[in-house]
Amino acid sequence: MTDIYKSLVEIIGEEHVSNQKEERYFYGRDPGLTPPHEPDYVVMPETSEEVQQIVKLANREKIPIVPKGGGLALTGLVIPQKGGIVIDMKRMAKILEVNETSRYVIVEGGVTHGMLQNYLKKHHPKLRHSIPDSPAIATVVGNAVIHGQGRLTQQYGFNSDMVSGLEVVLPTGEICRIGSHSISSQDWFSKGAPWPDLSGLFLGWFGTTGIITKLGLRLYPCKKIRDVMVFLTDKIELVPDIILKLTHTEMTEDIVVNEQPLPPRFKGNIYILIIITGDSDEELDFKRKIIWDALWDLFESRDGGFLSVPADMKPPLLEMPSRDVVRFADVRKGGGFEYSGPIIPLEKYPEFIAKQKELVSKYNLSYAATSRVIAGGHCMMYAFAFTFNRADPDEMDRIRKALREAAQFTVAQGGMMWKPTIEEQEMIMEKMDPNTLKIMKKIKALLDPNGIMNPGNWEAQ
Amino acid sequence: MTDYTKQIHRCFRCGYCKFPSDYSDFNCPSYARFRFDTYSTSGRLWLIYAWLKGEIEWSEHLAEILYSCTACKNCVEQCPMKFSSDIVDWIVAARSDMMEKEKGRIPPAVTSFLEDVYRLGNPLKERGKRDAWADGIKRYQPGDEYLFYVGCLGSYDEYGQRMARSVARLLGEAGISFGILGNEENCCGNEVYLLGENELFGMLVEKNVQKFKELGVKKIVTLSPHAYNAIKNNYPPVSNAYFEVYHYTQLLRGLLRENKIKPSQYKAKVTYHDPCFLGRYNQIYDEPREILQSIPGIELVEMERSRENSFCCGGGSGNFVTDLLGGSKESPSRIRVREAYETGANILAVACPSCMTMLQDAVKVEELEDKLAVKDISQIAAESL
Repeated sequence: MTDIYKSLVEIIGEEHVSNQKEERYFYGRDPGLTPPHEPDYVVMPETSEEVQQIVKLANREKIPIVPKGGGLALTGLVIPQKGGIVIDMKRMAKILEVNETSRYVIVEGGVTHGMLQNYLKKHHPKLRHSIPDSPAIATVVGNAVIHGQGRLTQQYGFNSDMVSGLEVVLPTGEICRIGSHSISSQDWFSKGAPWPDLSGLFLGWFGTTGIITKLGLRLYPCKKIRDVMVFLTDKIELVPDIILKLTHTEMTEDIVVNEQPLPPRFKGNIYILIIITGDSDEELDFKRKIIWDALWDLFESRDGGFLSVPADMKPPLLEMPSRDVVRFADVRKGGGFEYSGPIIPLEKYPEFIAKQKELVSKYNLSYAATSRVIAGGHCMMYAFAFTFNRADPDEMDRIRKALREAAQFTVAQGGMMWKPTIEEQEMIMEKMDPNTLKIMKKIKALLDPNGIMNPGNWEAQ
Repeated sequence: MTDYTKQIHRCFRCGYCKFPSDYSDFNCPSYARFRFDTYSTSGRLWLIYAWLKGEIEWSEHLAEILYSCTACKNCVEQCPMKFSSDIVDWIVAARSDMMEKEKGRIPPAVTSFLEDVYRLGNPLKERGKRDAWADGIKRYQPGDEYLFYVGCLGSYDEYGQRMARSVARLLGEAGISFGILGNEENCCGNEVYLLGENELFGMLVEKNVQKFKELGVKKIVTLSPHAYNAIKNNYPPVSNAYFEVYHYTQLLRGLLRENKIKPSQYKAKVTYHDPCFLGRYNQIYDEPREILQSIPGIELVEMERSRENSFCCGGGSGNFVTDLLGGSKESPSRIRVREAYETGANILAVACPSCMTMLQDAVKVEELEDKLAVKDISQIAAESL
């Protein structure tokens, strides 16, 4: 038994600390393609104070720490590149408060999206949050830290834009409150504005600047009825204009653009899923009509049309989270997929589709291209998604190459990689304005003087 | 089932296996107990694959992780992948493989379970007579309609014996012709199968089937859902022997419908715990509920997790003896009785002697004995006569 192990046991008890091979093996990997690297310890704290003590210990001993939620980013962000301690946050699973009037919830750092969804449905049926397409085990904090997106992203922006406050354990061990509750502990309605928004010191940093132990999240009206419309076109070049027309209506909850080769009837077509919501049939009918009218000229020019969606096809399209997303990992009967998900301006969609097809043909890959419109249409997330067989190293290697090429293309096009791998982070930082990079370095050095937090990530050379 | 070694890498570790369908809580008993991802189904599948590839060595900890799975099939129910129905079979096949290749290195409690079944015909270390509970209950004779297969817990465990006596009383009241095997009964082997001891399971099947055939048994009614599952689903592929098998709740429902049993007023608020081997394994959800609802005065309330989403008591796969999930307030049986208590019920009804013993113990540890009685459906029905 090492002293570190002993100290961790003293903090959170033997049952919640492991230095055994099995935990180190599992927590040293994710479902994507990043090579594994094992931690020395895996721990599962239950309170902010326990996290604080672990961080103090790690900072004193200069041991790396990696906070982990669902571990589903797929890009290796919670693989402990330099060993150390992985903190599995999922025992911090309390939903602390829902403010129905100001519409926000306060959750602990390990609350999963599935549990929050269930809790709201049961106790606050008029409210909902932006549920991501990742599996239900994804945590609310993990999703915010990677600037995740969800079913309300088209309306309200990245899920991180919906954060309304943070409690963070800093790398030096202080517990820090960010947002309106920094002056009034009960009020979690704003993460920063109208003051300096300090949440930006933690969101998007992948746990390299602190560990979020509590998070306030905005909630939104949960409409009684949801429905899906599917617009179909074979003219890729028209997609940006179609999105512009749809977002102009301000009638849609979510807009997702799909292109995939399987099943064969999908090949060569772009499917645009349009989710609409309402409290009555009249409201929904009205929205349908406005959306029809917005795209009528495309129908007349025979450039596109609405697909009649049979009733039995609707539930999987409306399901939240969508289990179909993970089924993509079994297309090659192999348990794996990874995607590079650049955020791009709408007008570049056709170029990215063309690039994906080029990569598919060059590396002989199975793919899907799913894109979500963000915040009313200023940009979209484009996924270069490839599925692979984990028992086929050659295929995995081809996908690594394709994703690297996709990332290089994205950077060249001025796109912003979403949840980038360490290699992609390096590409980004290489191209970044040196003064921007300098600020990032200063922030990192200030907050994490010993460089213990998720080392390897956002590490400017 | 296809060779698990060629399939097991297909798990994406998406984590749906940890939940019930509404995500209300964690529904994998060993994950709920230990909370390391390694103790979830995906953890096990990834570790088994690592062992197959030689990336990890066999260890006591690996064995503990592998054998703490209760085979409750929540993962089978929740996994969104096409291979979902094979998951528990993969774990059982891996256990079997490991038993071959890593001889003598399984958890001592599992070794002892298997040795006791081999030596004594039961995993409970009982050397006494199997029929000590059965005063006045006749032995099966050719011509009887049903063989009442009691099983190890029904024969030896205090609570199981009470259940067995209640079922026997109800069958008798209804005029059913039945008999037991008494001291000639042997372990059904359901847990032996799940623990991966194929050879011993084969021996048990052979012995039991031979006995059933010798006596001309055509119909079997079981006390335990585990025995029901084994004889119905696991015996035929090994022995090619098919019997008409019922769990006692199936029979009892019919007897109530036909008015052969007439319950009177029984004032109670009851919640029912679905046993995995009745529910998820054999889709018997309605019969037990119909029995309870047909007893005047019973108000049936559901726990948050029920039917396909029921939370396992933690006793499956031999854990009612090996107890690899015990010793914590997060032990599945303790979580389950707290959930039952939250419904406001004063009776937690079960239909399985394994669930009975797990939940009885948990009620005591949780100090809920005065507030929540654990009773078998047959006991409730018998008391209502």
